[in-house]
Amino acid sequence: MISHFLNLEWKQYFRTANWQKSIFLNILLVLFALYFILSFLAIGVGGYWILKEMFPNQDPLIVVNAFLLYAFVADLIFRYLMQKLPVMNIKPMLTLPISKSKIVHYILLKSSFSFFNLMSLFFYIPFSVVLIMQGYDLWGVLGWLLTMMCGIQSVNFINFLVNKDTRVFIALITLLCCGFLISYFNWFNLAAFIGKGFDFLYQNPILALAAVLLVFLLYRENYNRLRNEVYLDALISEKTKEVNAADLSFTDKLGDLAPFIKNDLRLMWRNKRTKSGVWMLLMGLLYGLFFYPNPMYKDMDFMFVLVGVFSTGTFLINFGQFIPAWDSGYYKMLMSQNFKYERYLESKYTIMSISVAALFVLGIPYVFFGWKVLFVHFAAMIYNLGVNTHFILLGGTFNRKKINLDEKAAFNFQGTGAVQWLIGLPLMLLPMGIFALLNWLVSFEIATITLAVLGFIGIALHKKLMTAITKKYITNKYVMIHAFNQEN
Amino acid sequence: MIQTTQLSKKYGSAAVLNINELEIPAGQSFGLVGNNGAGKTTYFNILLDLIRPTTGAIVNNDIQVNTSEDWKSFTGSFIDESFLIGYLTAEEYFEFVGDLRGMNKADVTAFIAEFNEFFNGEIIGKKKYLRDLSKGNQKKVGIVAAMMGSPKVVILDEPFANLDPTTQIRLKKIISQLTKNREVTVLISSHDLTHVTEVCERIVVLDKGNIVKDIVTSEETLQELESYFAV
Repeated sequence: MISHFLNLEWKQYFRTANWQKSIFLNILLVLFALYFILSFLAIGVGGYWILKEMFPNQDPLIVVNAFLLYAFVADLIFRYLMQKLPVMNIKPMLTLPISKSKIVHYILLKSSFSFFNLMSLFFYIPFSVVLIMQGYDLWGVLGWLLTMMCGIQSVNFINFLVNKDTRVFIALITLLCCGFLISYFNWFNLAAFIGKGFDFLYQNPILALAAVLLVFLLYRENYNRLRNEVYLDALISEKTKEVNAADLSFTDKLGDLAPFIKNDLRLMWRNKRTKSGVWMLLMGLLYGLFFYPNPMYKDMDFMFVLVGVFSTGTFLINFGQFIPAWDSGYYKMLMSQNFKYERYLESKYTIMSISVAALFVLGIPYVFFGWKVLFVHFAAMIYNLGVNTHFILLGGTFNRKKINLDEKAAFNFQGTGAVQWLIGLPLMLLPMGIFALLNWLVSFEIATITLAVLGFIGIALHKKLMTAITKKYITNKYVMIHAFNQEN
Repeated sequence: MIQTTQLSKKYGSAAVLNINELEIPAGQSFGLVGNNGAGKTTYFNILLDLIRPTTGAIVNNDIQVNTSEDWKSFTGSFIDESFLIGYLTAEEYFEFVGDLRGMNKADVTAFIAEFNEFFNGEIIGKKKYLRDLSKGNQKKVGIVAAMMGSPKVVILDEPFANLDPTTQIRLKKIISQLTKNREVTVLISSHDLTHVTEVCERIVVLDKGNIVKDIVTSEETLQELESYFAV
């Protein structure tokens, strides 16, 4: 039976339209995974000596143990955000002669082998090997390793029991913050206290059996819960939420663009994919905090451009690169409706422009890091408005991938093709290059003004550019309709 | 009037549609029947300029559909659920389509009110997104949206499929009212021979992309069609 399931998984993976079409993307994902694996391996192998150097008078294993609580909590938070029990594709199995308990076991076992669980093994296993080679007690280390593995599995199953309950999530975040704060002020070191437990476990490896028991109990609890919910109206159903419609009549001021802009606003806060994108906005806005406080970048003026373009343009980039794929689900309908294509694109342009201006205003506090920063950010905003918006709209004509709005944004590469990567680079590198060159050859002022002037030229030519872009969209219309019709 | 001349669509060497000549006069209620793969939806897709014909063209009220977009202002259509915007409520969707068809909010509300019976209290004021409606209810929304803004041509692909019997009867009433004044041309495709013969005054049978029958509906039509399809 299992072989049947595995066979299906294999086919599902390799037969998705996406796999065949975007080898480039897959290679990238593999590289991404390899990078993580290698970094974990490196930390696992080298961790012992690194810790030895950092805390010369402490036992590295005890140092690690003192951090384990945070590692598990962070893991749980990460999973809460990213991992979902893979249930949706069992629907066709329900009417076939396969017992439900088998299906449930399969789902649970499958989740045990997810990427999330395997990842940290790349740290724990080499670290344990090093410990043994360093003369630690063999059974102690093995017991410890077994406990870690069970710990990972427990987190895996606890996550499904929690099942996206926001209260638990808040509790976890609170635990993490409080734990950090109280140990920061030296009141009580919660993590070290828990760590002592793990130290004790190393001395008494037989206790690892308790961890095994814990995994077993959690598995059974998950099983019992799922077994009762393998019905179309329970587990497998998509919950429908009641609509809360906001009044968007303020957009009516935008005249004949209003219907599209209303739609786009609704698109953004009613779909999973776009909603989780909001977090990306926050990250983009705060992007500068990675660089500006760091004295290393003090004299690298061109970094201001990167931060400026990115922080005022996160929405532009995140939203813009998937025009018109956002509307791919009903693209046919739009194409047979009574409007001019230019109006549709103009509405997208308007939304992006408003976001750029708004993000600039929100980013004004960056002035704290000097007037120069704000000056460059302003130029970057104008550049975004004049050049990048048009550029990204033009890039949209190469979009050939449907987007399913119901899926999450983070690490969701659906709809992404080589185009997105190729277009993303010049959006930021080009202004950086221009700025760096002029800054080096002439002066900071001229470089900044040039960026702004380029932006203004773009804005002045807006009408002409839009006509040209629209033409491009219309020529590509049939290809896009065809492509958006394909499920992937 | 909708004129089709020398129309063909080929994918590679496989011809899926081949219509030499077809003329649908204004105000006609026109039915298209045929088995799966006969080319019904392909024909509608070409008529809506969603796919390009390999040869020939369709002229919709003096406008050749693949060269000008002006036909959009007087053509309403519903092909399948991909014509709906899943994350809108029915009201918002009607408002959106109404906006594009030059109706203000009051117009839309008045227009929708006419279809209260058709909606059977399952669509309006339900606080549900279209993606969460049942297939039948989605279809109702799409069909009504296709009639918004007093179009001269209404195109419905399989309008009767997925509807419950009561709604099917109500839909037939709506369609016959639409064509009563002979101002609106209605194009329907269907697998249900009884329904099309009741609603349409003319029926064209497609087979593998070719027109094999062109019948003015009469008492005997249903029997004729049934015997044709009973192979």
